[in-house]
This record gives sequence, structure tokens and C-alpha cells, in this order.
Amino acid sequence: MAALLDYSAQLLEGAGLTLELAFTSLCFGLLLGLAGAAAKMSALPWLRQAAYLVSNVLRGIPEFLILLICYFGLSNLINTHFAGTLSLSPFAGGVVALALVFGAYASEVFRGAFLAVPRGQLEAARSYGLSRWQIFWCVQLPQAWRICLPSLNNMWQNLLKDTSLVSIVGLEDMLRKASIAAQFTKQPFVFYAAVAVVYLLLLAVSNPAFAYFEKRANRGYASPA
Amino acid sequence: MDQLVSLLSQSWPALLDGLWISLQLLLLSCVLGFALAVPLAVARSSPRRWIALPSRLFMSAFRGTPLLVQIFILYYGLAQFEWVRDSALWLLVGDAFPCALLALTLNLAAYMAEDIRGGILGVPAGEKEAATAFGMSRLMVTWYIVVPRAIGISAPTLGNEIVLQLKSTALASTITVLDLTGVARRLSIESYTTDALLLAGLLYIVIAAVLSLLTRYGEACLNRHQLR
Repeated sequence: MAALLDYSAQLLEGAGLTLELAFTSLCFGLLLGLAGAAAKMSALPWLRQAAYLVSNVLRGIPEFLILLICYFGLSNLINTHFAGTLSLSPFAGGVVALALVFGAYASEVFRGAFLAVPRGQLEAARSYGLSRWQIFWCVQLPQAWRICLPSLNNMWQNLLKDTSLVSIVGLEDMLRKASIAAQFTKQPFVFYAAVAVVYLLLLAVSNPAFAYFEKRANRGYASPA
Repeated sequence: MDQLVSLLSQSWPALLDGLWISLQLLLLSCVLGFALAVPLAVARSSPRRWIALPSRLFMSAFRGTPLLVQIFILYYGLAQFEWVRDSALWLLVGDAFPCALLALTLNLAAYMAEDIRGGILGVPAGEKEAATAFGMSRLMVTWYIVVPRAIGISAPTLGNEIVLQLKSTALASTITVLDLTGVARRLSIESYTTDALLLAGLLYIVIAAVLSLLTRYGEACLNRHQLR
């Protein structure tokens, strides 16, 4: 237990990196998901098929394998085609992999949510003379957001748990810091259990946050009796 | 493409061995995990708190932490204690394959139990009342009516968990199990390319596609009494 206190600063630093990684991947993942959903609902058949192919492929491969491919593959690609001037940091590799996986799942969720907005509302908005951008921003997005929030909560929790994988490619997240501390102190159980507890806490905190978002998004709707 | 073909011709025995280990992990963890999930879900739905609480704690612990952390706790963490190393438990967590299998099983059991619990909540009250009116005891109602119906109701999500579990088995490679991912990692390090990793990804996609077909078929068999 005393060892845990000695390394608590290290672990906190690692937890910071874990959160940083999760939030960065979340931002890019949401953008990728929106782009993917747009492509899946596009009028162009080849774009639709390409989007479905990519998202199905990404959802069929283990996240860990995607991370390895992104990390080693992208470094190889950059080194062979751009004369090795650029090296991909483990952080960037992790963000690319996690955002791709998140985006693949999110595109499906967003597509369902946008389809769930009644067509009549779009026609009404158009007949009021709203521009396409206004329709997207003021009519479609707020309602789609409301519908996909519960799924987003699930995906966020998965994302947060998946960040632990980057410790394998050498990024010093919470789990990696714990591994290092475990090696020095010969108390692996204490440190890994501590990491598990921190993950439990982080996930427990995100539930009320999403409950708040859902309550906000649902104002104006009658609560289900 | 040529590289991929030559890679395939050279290393397919190794990849097949890895694939076989992955499939073993998948099959065993699904069977054992499901067997564990049913009693967990029944206990979790019990109105008596002292029965529901342990199962609830188990489920939150395994659903609320990354699988990788669970694997590390079981494989590296438990070795810290001498009494574990001296006990029969060491047969399970002292070796990489059984340890990975244990972690995958417990993890899947927690997720499946949550799905089955949802199914238990969805069993129509009338069916339970009818069973009680026929003179069935509480145990009989649970075992012959509630559990089979709950499994039927939760079949689509359970099938999903099986497909997702295939992806989880890849984490066994982090504790030196030479599953498909483990073999691919080794090959890619030896050859300084990612071709082996891509090939493994392709194999995973094929298996995932086959699995989702199989689970859809199984689901139809389970719920055939409802088809018109």
C-alpha cells in the first residue's frame, strides 16, 4: 500500500494521458462517424457502398489488431513514402486507431438517428425557407443527438476501456505506468487493482454526465409515463 | 499483393495454428461463459438483496474495467501472492492459455448475464402466472419457464456478444498466447512489414462473417415457436 502512494503521482500522470487520449479520439471519432453516416446516406451508390465496406471491415477486426496495424503500418507507410522525415508518435497512432473504431460504430448509430427524424419535419423546414445548413444544424442534429445519446454513452465507455490497449505499443498511459511500478516494487496485484478501480471510477463519473445530457436533450418532450 | 501471396505460402501453417488457438479460446469461453451467465442473471434478478448483490458486484466489476486490465490482474497480479502460487488456483492462472481463457470467460459471463437479465425482465408476467396456476413451484417456474424464455428473448444480443468475443480473444496475445494475433505479430516483427497483421485482419473478418451467419441461424432455431 505504501508503494502505491510512492507511485501515485506517476499513476495520476498516466490517468491524465488516458483521458487525453480518450477525449482526442472521441472528437475525431465523432467527426468520422458523422462523415461516415453522411456517406452511408449519400445519393451516390459507390460512396454508400464504400462507406458500408469500410465500417463493416473496421467492426470485424479486433481493436488491438487495428491499433497494431495503425501504429506499425502508418509508421512504415510514412517512412517509405515520405523519406522517413516524419515519425508517428504512439499517441497519434493510438488516436487514429481508436477514432477509426469509434467512427465505424458511430456512423451506424448516427445513420439510424438521422433516419429517425420524421421526414415531414424536413419538408416543413424546407417549406419555411430554411437553408440546408440551417435544417441540418437546427432541425436534424438536435433531434438525432437526442436519439443517439444512449448509444453514445455505451460507445464512450468502450472507447475509454479500449485506451488501455495503447500501453502495449509503449504509450505511457495509466496501465503502462502501473506495469512499470509493478516491476520495480514486485507488487503487480496492488497496482493493477488500483488501475481497475480508477477505470471503474472514470466510468461511474461518465454515467451522471450522460444522464445530464439526456435530460437536457429531452426537455420539450413529455417524460414517458 | 505478391508479397501477401508469398507470405501466405510460407507461413500458412503458423497462421493456421494461431487461428486454431483463437477458435479454441472463442468456443471454450463462449460455452463456459454462457453456463456461468445463466445463474448469474437469475441471481441478479432475485428480489432478495443478499443473493442479488454479489452477482451485481461481479457484473459491474467485469463490465466496468478493461479486459486487458483483468487479464493482467489474473496473469501478473495474482502471482504476487505466495498462497496463490502454492494453491490449485495456480494450475489455472500460472499458464498463459488457461489464464487467458479464464479472463475471457469471466468477462463474457458478466456481459451475457446483463443481456439475459434484460431477457428475464422481458418475460411476460402472464406466462409466470399461468405456470404458477398450474401448480409449479418457484424453482420450476424459474427453470422451465423464465430462463428458457429469457434466453430466447435475449438471443439476438447474445449472438452479438459471441461475435464481439472473437475480437476480445486477440488480447490473449498480450500474455504470450500464440493466437492468430500473436502469430501475426511475430511474423510481422520478423519481416519488418505489416502484411501478416493485414492477413490476420482478413481472417478475422471472414470468421466474424461466418459467426454472425451461425448466430442468426441459432437465433431462428431458438425462437422457431414464434415464427408464423
